[in-house]
Amino acid sequence: MRVSMDIELKDTPGQLLCALTPISELRGNLKSIVHHHEERTPRGTIPVQLVFEAEPDNLDAIIDKLKKNGIGISRVDEKRLIEEGAVILIGHIVHTDIQDTIDSIDRTGYAEVVDISLSMPHINTTSSASLKICAVGIKELHEAISILKNVAKKKDLLVVEPIRAEFS
Amino acid sequence: MKIIRASIIGFGSVGQGVAQVLLQKKEEIQKKGFDLKVVAVADSRSAAIDEKGLDLEKVLKSKKENGRVGPETLSGLEVIRNVEHEVVIETTPTDIETGGVGLDNMLTAFEKGMDVVTSNKGPLALKYGELAETARKNNAKFRFEATVGGAMPAINLIRDTIAGNSIISIEGVLNGTCNYILTRMMEEHASYEQMLAESQELGIAETDPTYDVEGIDAACKLVILANYVFGMKATYHDVDVKGITSITPEALSLAQSEGYVIKQIGEVKDGCIQTSPRLVPESHPLAVGGTLNVVSVQTDLAGTVTSTGRGAGSIETASAILSDIISIYRED
Repeated sequence: MRVSMDIELKDTPGQLLCALTPISELRGNLKSIVHHHEERTPRGTIPVQLVFEAEPDNLDAIIDKLKKNGIGISRVDEKRLIEEGAVILIGHIVHTDIQDTIDSIDRTGYAEVVDISLSMPHINTTSSASLKICAVGIKELHEAISILKNVAKKKDLLVVEPIRAEFS
Repeated sequence: MKIIRASIIGFGSVGQGVAQVLLQKKEEIQKKGFDLKVVAVADSRSAAIDEKGLDLEKVLKSKKENGRVGPETLSGLEVIRNVEHEVVIETTPTDIETGGVGLDNMLTAFEKGMDVVTSNKGPLALKYGELAETARKNNAKFRFEATVGGAMPAINLIRDTIAGNSIISIEGVLNGTCNYILTRMMEEHASYEQMLAESQELGIAETDPTYDVEGIDAACKLVILANYVFGMKATYHDVDVKGITSITPEALSLAQSEGYVIKQIGEVKDGCIQTSPRLVPESHPLAVGGTLNVVSVQTDLAGTVTSTGRGAGSIETASAILSDIISIYRED
């Protein structure tokens, strides 16, 4: 998951290292760091904004270590599902148990169907739907789409997925 | 000036296009340092032969007026066996079940040490390995730019223009008929059946459109690319194929509201060959409209290189054949 965090550093040497070491030790992947050295909080500390990716299970341990290192944490925002992709389904989508189709993604624990638009022009003609799927990472998004393709095959639905370039 | 003697085997739309282009480009060819003399033309039931060089205008006229290219009754294969020349321009119709007469024509030409330039996908989609090996053994040249996307540079782009690059993957729109139908369905919010009928009326789709709309034609082109570029030993039976017949206008509208168009995309990557309808961002280079073809090549040095052009048509296909001929014999 992607974590964005506002922290506060004392204006003494080595503070930034104290803030970043716990993240790297717990296999977090730093995405961006904005260090406002010329600014001061009312407490006289330097505000720093971090964005990193980390395993959800490791976040509490990262926060504990930061606190032990004397780093102030003023805000933590987690975004678990950071990758989004659209797919189109064509076929008898509703009558082949749409709930089960959606559940096949939601059950994974790493991806969810977050939006669905359905078009059913006439009774007895095929329906079309666009699904938006969110996942914890790009690999998981691919896996979710391939699960959907397997389910769709059994239900005789056509899955129209994005070209590869969309995912790189 | 060096004289290259050629035969045109197969005199349908592409063969006739080649004849027209050779007439029109006589001087251009001479500027490349050689003269091309067509000594034989054969269609499915007649032949015209003149070792001093045929008058192609006469041959075209004869074909138009009485359906025969000339007075002889030799088959294409007999022409290849019995008439002395250097290059066979093989433009017989594609047969993807057996390879058709094209397969025998090409193999026989190579065994005689003759070069082959072709637009015929069938033999390559079934027996590329055998053809390339026979050509190599006999020190003959084998060129087939016209088999993949007509006038759109693909094979020669990879062989010459970006030579030295490692190719990571190839994807593209390789069938103009599918592309036309999908483009028009989106524009008119019309059904597949309606737009198929329109494209049949315009001569863009065949009376039996199966070969195009079920993705078989694109699959053949992908196999040719896969075998040539990646050294795979694939036949078109190895391609995962899904056609466009079940695409609905509603699906196209839903895609559009997400910023996508739906295109029949072929792809060769990591040893897998597939063609299916895919979502392409509206502003992506692969989102070409109408009957256009496009191919996008991912390389290690040059990044992504994209080429687009007309994928069918007799003169467009003849353009690819002419460029193959020039690339073999040019001396400028």
